[in-house]
Amino acid sequence: MADRPSGAGQGDNRPKLSLHVPEPKFRPGDAVDFSHLQVPEAGTAIRPDETCDPKEMHELAYGLVRVLGEDNKAHGAWDPKLDPETLRKMLGHMAMTRAFDERMFRGQRQGKTSFYMKCTGEEATSVSASMALAADDMVFPSYRQQGILIQRGYPMIEMINQIYSNKGDKLKGRQLPIMYSSREHSFFTISGNLATQTPQAVGWAMASAIKGDSRIAATWVGEGSTAEGDFHSACTFATVYNAPVILNVINNQWAISSFSGFAGAERTTFAARALGYGLAGLRVDGNDALACYAAEQWAANRARANAGPTLIEFFTYRAEGHSTSDDPTGYRSAQERTEWPLGDPVTRLKDHLIALGEWDEERQEKMDLEAAEHVKKTTKEAEANGILGHGLHHPFRTMFEDVFEELPWHLKEQAEQAIHERETKFPEGLPNEGKGA
Amino acid sequence: MSEAQTKNAPVSEQDATRRLNMIEAINDALDVSMAKDPDVVVMGEDVGYFGGVFRCTAGLQDKYGKTRVFDTPISECGIIAVAVGMGAYGLRPVPEIQFADYIYPGLDQLISEAARLRYRSAGEYIAPMTVRSPFGGGIFGGQTHSQSPEAIFTHVSGLKTVIPSTPYDAKGLLISAIEDNDPVIFFEPKRIYNGPFSGYYDKPAQPWKRFDESVVPEGHYSIPLGKARRVTEGDRVTILAYGTMVHVVEEVCKQKGIEADILDLRTLVPLDIEAIEASVERTGRCLIVHEATRTSGFGAELSALVTERCFYHLEAPVERVTGFDTPYPHSLEWAYFPGPIRIGEALDKILAE
Repeated sequence: MADRPSGAGQGDNRPKLSLHVPEPKFRPGDAVDFSHLQVPEAGTAIRPDETCDPKEMHELAYGLVRVLGEDNKAHGAWDPKLDPETLRKMLGHMAMTRAFDERMFRGQRQGKTSFYMKCTGEEATSVSASMALAADDMVFPSYRQQGILIQRGYPMIEMINQIYSNKGDKLKGRQLPIMYSSREHSFFTISGNLATQTPQAVGWAMASAIKGDSRIAATWVGEGSTAEGDFHSACTFATVYNAPVILNVINNQWAISSFSGFAGAERTTFAARALGYGLAGLRVDGNDALACYAAEQWAANRARANAGPTLIEFFTYRAEGHSTSDDPTGYRSAQERTEWPLGDPVTRLKDHLIALGEWDEERQEKMDLEAAEHVKKTTKEAEANGILGHGLHHPFRTMFEDVFEELPWHLKEQAEQAIHERETKFPEGLPNEGKGA
Repeated sequence: MSEAQTKNAPVSEQDATRRLNMIEAINDALDVSMAKDPDVVVMGEDVGYFGGVFRCTAGLQDKYGKTRVFDTPISECGIIAVAVGMGAYGLRPVPEIQFADYIYPGLDQLISEAARLRYRSAGEYIAPMTVRSPFGGGIFGGQTHSQSPEAIFTHVSGLKTVIPSTPYDAKGLLISAIEDNDPVIFFEPKRIYNGPFSGYYDKPAQPWKRFDESVVPEGHYSIPLGKARRVTEGDRVTILAYGTMVHVVEEVCKQKGIEADILDLRTLVPLDIEAIEASVERTGRCLIVHEATRTSGFGAELSALVTERCFYHLEAPVERVTGFDTPYPHSLEWAYFPGPIRIGEALDKILAE
C-alpha cells in the first residue's frame, strides 16, 4: 500500500474504499435476459420543433424514439411519412450493404485481403441517416458506415479495390481495408484513430458557417470512443459556435470486447451527454430505419436553420464481431444477438413494407439474390485489378508521394534507395509492375 | 542553390525606416495574408478581442471580423482538430497554440491527422494549416512556458517545421507557411520577440529597432521554406543554429574573434542540406547549437547528417551544444540555458583539434 503522508490518525475511522470495475450482464454460455432494457412503445416520444431550446427536450435524451411498432406499422409524431418508393430504396441500400458485408467477409477468409469490418444489425444507422441528409452534406464517418457510401452511389468496385489494396485502389494501397475516402461523395477520409473525426466535423461545419454556405456536416462515432477527449472537444466546439453539425453516436453495446459500461453506460445514456453541453440530444432506436431517418432529418433541419447542433444516440447492437480479427464468442453470450429486443433493422423495414401492402417475401428474396449477384459480379471485376499481396498494386514510387505536396530531398533519396532494393531483388524487372517501380 | 541566402530582399527608402519587432512583423504577416486571401482564418486562446497574450493578433479581429479572427475554448486538441476540418472545407486556418508547452493535447490531431491527410486520402484532402506557437525559454517561464519541442515535430512525416530568428524573416517565413499547402509548425522564439538576445542575461536587453533585421517592408513578400540564411561568413567553423541561439552564437563568435560560418537554418523540415554541406566542406568543422534538451534533439539529426555526408572533410568531431536533459527550471533558468560559456568551450574544443 502506498505510504500516507505523516500525520496522526488519518483515515483511522473511515470506511474502506472499493473500486468498481464494470462487468457486462452476460458472458459466454450465459442465458440472456434483456428485460432490464426499457423499450417504450413506438410512437410515444414527443417530437419538439427543430428550433426548440435543448432544455425542452431532456426526456428525449433518456427515452427512445421509436416509429415502427410490433404491428409493423409506423406510429406517432416521428413517423417521417416516406412514400413506398423511398422505403423500398432504403430497404434496397440496407440489403445491398448486408450482401456486400457477407461477400467481403468471405473474401478476407479466403485470403484476398487482410481485414474487414461488417456493420450487420447497424445498417439503418448509416443508410437511413444518410438518406435524411443532402448528398453534398459532408460526412465524417467512423469505420462502420459503409452504408453511407452505398446509399450515396459510390461505385462498389472502388470500395472493393480499396479493400484489396490493388492497382485500382484510388488510395494507392496506403490505407487499411475499409478506410475509404471520397471527396466527390462528400465523404471524409476515414482515420482509424478513434473519434478524431468528431471535432474535425465540427471544424468543417464552422467553416461552412463562416462562409455562409448551406451545407452541414455529420459525424459518426462509436459509443466506446465517446470516451476520447476528442469527443469532448467536438461537443464543446459544437455548442460554443452553434455549429451546423450532427454528432451521431452509434451505441452498438460493444467496443471490441469492452461493453458500453466502460464508456459510462452503467450510469446514464450517451444521448444525455448532450445535456451538459446544452446540445439537443436524441436517443433513438437504431434498429428502426424510420426512427433513424426521422431523427437525422430533425437534426439536419435544426442545423440548417442555424438552430444548433444535435447529438443523437442510436441504440443498436453489433450483431457480428468487431472485425475479421475478432471472435466475440470469447467474451459475450451468443444469445445476445438472438434475444436483442429491438430486432433486426432489415427485417423490421421489410415487414413494414409488407404490412403496407407494398412488398412481399418473393420480391425480398429476389432483391437479396440480385444484391448478392451484383456484389459477386463487381468483386470479379475488382479482382481483375488484383488482390492483396498478389503483385497488382500501385507503382512503387507512389509510396513516397503525398507525404508533402512536393518531394523534398530526403524523401527523394529514400525513394532512390527503395527502388534500388527493388531492382536488387528483381533484376529482371517486377512480374506485374513493368519497369521503373 | 547551394549557397545560403545572405541578404534580405532590397527595401525602398521609405521602407528602410519602417522598423518592427518580431511581434509586429508576425502581426503584419497575418494582416497581409488575411487581406490577400479571404480563406485565411486566425483562431486560438485569447487571440480575438484581446489580440493574443503576446499581442501577435492585435487589431486583426477589428479589421477582419469575428468569424475570421476568434477566440477558442481552452482545448488544443479541439483547436487543431477544427483546423483540420476547416482545411478539408477549403479554408487556410492559422491556429495559435498559446505556448508550445501546451501543444501536446493536440499532438494526435497533428501527427495522426493533419500530417497524414494528404497521404492517406491520396491527395483528396489536405491540411493547409499553419500552427503558430511561441517557444523557448529565457523569460522565466518555468517548465511550462519555456520548452523547445521542435524535434517531436521534425520526427513526424508530413509536417514542416519553421523557426524564424529576425522580424524580417518572421514575416516572410510566416507568409510562406500560410501559403504552403502542407501543415506547418511555426515556432516563434519568444525570448527574441522584442529584441535579439546575446546570451548575456545580465546585460541590458536591446530592442529590435536598433538592428537592421527589424527593417520589415510593407506588403507581401515571402521567404522560401527550406532555405537557410548565412548570418556571418567565415572559414574556421560552421555553426548550425536557429531561433534565439542564432544571436547567442553570433555574439560569442564576436567576443572570441572567431570567423565562423553561421547558418540560421530557418526551416528544419525541409532542411537546407545543400547549404550545410557546402559550408562544412569549406570549414571542416561543425558546431550545432540548440536550446532544446539534448537526447534525440534535432542536433542529433544534424550531427548524423553532417557526419554521413561530410565525413572526409571534417577535421574535428561534430560538437553539439544544447539545453540539459532536465525540465526547464524556473530559478535556475540560466544554468539550463546553453549560454556563452557552454558555446565558447565547445568552440575552443572544436578549433583545438
